[in-house]
Amino acid sequence: MLYFTFNRLLQSIPVLLIVVTATFFLVRAAPGGPFSAEKNVPPEVVRALEAQYDLDQSIWQQYISYIGDLLHGDLGPSFRYPGRTVNELIKVGLPVTAELALYAMLLAVFIGASAGIYAGLRPNSLHDYLPMSISMVGICIPSFLMGPLLVLFFGIYMEWLPISGWGSSPGDKILPTLTLGLGYAAFIARLSRGGILEVMTKDYIRTAKAKGLPVSVIVLKHALRGGLIPVVAFLGPAFAGLLSGSFVVETIFQIPGLGRFYVQAAFNRDYTMILGTTIFFATLIIMFNLLSDVIAVWLDPKLRQQYRSDK
Amino acid sequence: MYDEIKFKHRQLNFLLMILFLSLIVGCSKGQNNVTTGNLTGILHWGNGTDPQELDPHIVTGIPEHHILNALLEGLVAKDTKTLEPIPAVAKEWSISKDKKTYTFKIRESALWSNGDPLTAHDFVWSWWRALQPKLGNQYAYMLFPIENSENYAKGKISDFSLVGVKALDDQTLQVKLSNPTPYFLQLLDHYSMYPLHKATIEKFGKAHERGTLWTRPGNFIGNGPFILKEWRLFKSIDVIKNPIYWDAKKVKLNGIRFHPIENVTTEERMFRLGQLHKTSSIPIDKVKTYKKNKPALLKIYPYLGNYFYRFNTAVAHLSDKRVRRALAMSINRKELTERVTKGDESPAYTFTPPGTLGYFARNGFGFNPSLAKNLMSEAGYPAGKGFPVTELLYNTSEGHRKIAVAIQQMWKKHLGINIVLVNQDWKVYLDSVNTGNYAIARAGWIGDYIDPNTFLDMWVTDGGNNRTGWSNRHYDDLISKQAPISSSKSERYKIMAEAEQILLNNMPIIPIYIYNSKSLVHPSVKGLEPNILNYVLYKNIFLDPVTANQEMD
Repeated sequence: MLYFTFNRLLQSIPVLLIVVTATFFLVRAAPGGPFSAEKNVPPEVVRALEAQYDLDQSIWQQYISYIGDLLHGDLGPSFRYPGRTVNELIKVGLPVTAELALYAMLLAVFIGASAGIYAGLRPNSLHDYLPMSISMVGICIPSFLMGPLLVLFFGIYMEWLPISGWGSSPGDKILPTLTLGLGYAAFIARLSRGGILEVMTKDYIRTAKAKGLPVSVIVLKHALRGGLIPVVAFLGPAFAGLLSGSFVVETIFQIPGLGRFYVQAAFNRDYTMILGTTIFFATLIIMFNLLSDVIAVWLDPKLRQQYRSDK
Repeated sequence: MYDEIKFKHRQLNFLLMILFLSLIVGCSKGQNNVTTGNLTGILHWGNGTDPQELDPHIVTGIPEHHILNALLEGLVAKDTKTLEPIPAVAKEWSISKDKKTYTFKIRESALWSNGDPLTAHDFVWSWWRALQPKLGNQYAYMLFPIENSENYAKGKISDFSLVGVKALDDQTLQVKLSNPTPYFLQLLDHYSMYPLHKATIEKFGKAHERGTLWTRPGNFIGNGPFILKEWRLFKSIDVIKNPIYWDAKKVKLNGIRFHPIENVTTEERMFRLGQLHKTSSIPIDKVKTYKKNKPALLKIYPYLGNYFYRFNTAVAHLSDKRVRRALAMSINRKELTERVTKGDESPAYTFTPPGTLGYFARNGFGFNPSLAKNLMSEAGYPAGKGFPVTELLYNTSEGHRKIAVAIQQMWKKHLGINIVLVNQDWKVYLDSVNTGNYAIARAGWIGDYIDPNTFLDMWVTDGGNNRTGWSNRHYDDLISKQAPISSSKSERYKIMAEAEQILLNNMPIIPIYIYNSKSLVHPSVKGLEPNILNYVLYKNIFLDPVTANQEMD
């Protein structure tokens, strides 16, 4: 297990290096620079600005010094926000996005897994069709529609919940969490239903039933472990997706998170910010994939066996 | 068989319901910024995007302007009604006979927010910093009317004492201009001309260094009616009343909270729920609803800007001015603004918005499809035959797309020509236009100051903002040589109008409509005077909840 984890960690280094290099050269190849504007910027001003950010050096020099800084954990100054460093901006945005993603994930797992298990235990009955149809709708409604619908109902007609901000007034975290989490909940519901359905036909479940164990024990102790493997496999990438994909939700609800920075950095050609956030997200995605693989191995005795024999 | 599970689920569902309801009850109503703001004297201001910075020599945007306008003050301010200069840090000024030397008397009561006296030397130092070549100040050109300032900023001279700004004593500032510049006083309340606190800036880094910590709350020393209190990144910026501001008696607000809200739809929703006193804009599809249901809240005024199309005159078939004029004359601007843009914009038949501080240019053309057809025939394209398929470029946005589609149709209908629409992401679009890689391109221009010059001097040969390749010697002469040395305002406006006629006859651009400033304002906000610059003097604003309630009823 340790060997497996270590091996995977080593593999992620070249992956990251490729991501950094590709992003570094791609953003510079994109037309338009960080200082272009509708009003003409005089050439001497552009030169002065480029000198301030070392953009007057050759691209290879820039690349080498960037990698050097990166190894020290320094992501450089933001071009769009001259008084802020990329590290500082990530530090501001990350807790917000992470908190949002965490709540959304908890909500998704809780609602999704409960609904999925509930439906999976009662296949082909109304108790199965109803939650599964709802979840199909949930998958189909994109967050840029779900968000405004929730806002309209809970925020504007009923005036129950605040419609913008994050942590500035009580309850303002509810609607963004719902918007981001419900789609994933629907997905998890379908995955866990399938998992449970498959597991419930297995011999060891039949054995458990034959032993006379109560259903709750069978489900919680025996079925869940096998039945939720597809869900766990989905969680890693899903969490990374939640983190990087919260852009829409952050925009709708005026939340100062990383997702928004990421997209705006691309529009603004804020080179260091694009690179910083890309590296950051790439690392996260790698880590979460690794984590979900580790958990999957831990959950699934067959896989565990396989790794042992591989070694 | 499933009873046990069912029971557990019910328990859980019940718990969840309780949890959800308690959250809802805990946060419903009462949390209304406008209501609390009216009681505490705090104005809640929708401010568009988050400010890049608060260093006046670095920033370039309107949201930054709104904040800096509260924290700093220039030599003069503007009357919100007439937009004529009024005394601010300078209590009075005199202009020499040749109109090239301005002498400002700084008021003794002008102080920095830490109590330091504000002197003429502060202005000299601040303008020195604004012109530092290494700093990369994009608005350094606002100071270029000052003698030798352009040479200094471009590194042609390095001796700042040659630049025409001097402190004769603590209270007297003398400014020498290279040419009589009638709009010079208008420039003085642009943020690039504000005084900055030397000791603070030097404490946190070199004068020409970008992005040091001097602009953070606690560090920032200003001279305006408000003090920077808190800057919650991407959430809000709070300023509170400056008790030692020279005109503090007149300041009625206790503070302003600037809300950076990029999404106009979110901003409108926040306004509806009483979270904002004023929005920075309004979603175009909401204009109609507000006009019908709550017209008193909707504020739409003409703005000092022009929405127009550029022609690339280097493209063969667009180098013929008859073609350009025909294209301009076959756009029905009235229909366009009424049915497509729908924001009460006024159709533009000149480039300079009419009424720019008393300046009116003659309409250069009108909507005249039959004349346009004739011009096209003369140019060799009868009924559009033989006219190459031409690209119309705009930056990706639904609004620009709608306008482009409408104009494409009008040209097809009236002239029989085929236009292809091309949209590009903002920075790519800028690159294409700057490098002349386009045929027809959408553009917008907001005046830097209130004078026709800011609309006309951009079209001189090889001007940085020209980008059409158009060039006319007579035009250059009028704008760069004759207008600056004219003896009176009326004579100058006459020269400007003559130049504008040349521009509109040659049509390297097609003016489409004059911009509007659109916003929603809560009735409790008083003292907000409409003007073409959207210029705000915070010390005139106060909150009156009583009459607001009557108005809302």
